[in-house]
Amino acid sequence: MARLIVAFLAGGLFGAGLFVSGMTDTTKVQGWLDVFGAWDPTLAFVMGGAMIPMAIAWLIRSRRTTSVTGLALPPAPSKEIDGKLILGSVMFGIGWGLVGLCPGPSIASLSYGGSGLYVFLAAMIGGMLIAPMLRARLDRAVPAE
Amino acid sequence: MPIDWIWGLIGGLLIGTGGAVYLLGNGRIMGASGIIGGLVDGSGWSTAAERVVFLVGVALLPVLLMPFYGAVDTHITDNYAVLVAAGLLVGVGTRIANGCTSGHGVCGMSRLSVRGIVATCCYILAGGLGVVLFRHILGVI
Repeated sequence: MARLIVAFLAGGLFGAGLFVSGMTDTTKVQGWLDVFGAWDPTLAFVMGGAMIPMAIAWLIRSRRTTSVTGLALPPAPSKEIDGKLILGSVMFGIGWGLVGLCPGPSIASLSYGGSGLYVFLAAMIGGMLIAPMLRARLDRAVPAE
Repeated sequence: MPIDWIWGLIGGLLIGTGGAVYLLGNGRIMGASGIIGGLVDGSGWSTAAERVVFLVGVALLPVLLMPFYGAVDTHITDNYAVLVAAGLLVGVGTRIANGCTSGHGVCGMSRLSVRGIVATCCYILAGGLGVVLFRHILGVI
């Protein structure tokens, strides 16, 4: 139960943050990416603001062995830069720029995104369904060392 | 400093606090694509309740805040071909790269993860070039 309360609290803060920062407004996201148009730096403030509590959390994490609810804490990050990371991020970036939505805001705007959002979400879920197949194919093409 | 930037900073602090709560509370990295993707492809069904509750929180808080804001417009395109292409790219891309703006961007970069930094550079660069190409050169968005 405690874990579910934590998850709800974290999700709520995430959703509230995405909402008040204007990140569910696709013009603000595309405005940040559009350096040759009317450039909008808001996203940099959102990212910068989010880094502060998160960096503190990572510092606290280094002094703990388990989470508050007793679960294991994430291990040190992998340093492996592979083709999947690059290819996937480039694909994601193009899609992000095309509509101005990434996964978080697509859920945050569920109640007011309209039919356009539902089309985007359906396609995103479809993409997530075919991703494991594609990932396996990429692994076969470039075997991990 | 324009008001939008201040709200951006406040929103960012809330997002980061959410990530901090998830990390220290449940030991999880707050990555939206991973939380959704694990439910979609079945890889995260063992922690399904936690994921669903998280997503309910994400979707619910804007509903509760809405009355204080009046009308909110997402300005989302009504071009279905663009929406489908973008959705597919975001869905496939984030799952292959194992993260999106929240996981690689907020959570990864704040711990100076090399993967997080490389991924964030890639998607911002690709997004920027994409907008230049599709908006200013091809004129489709």
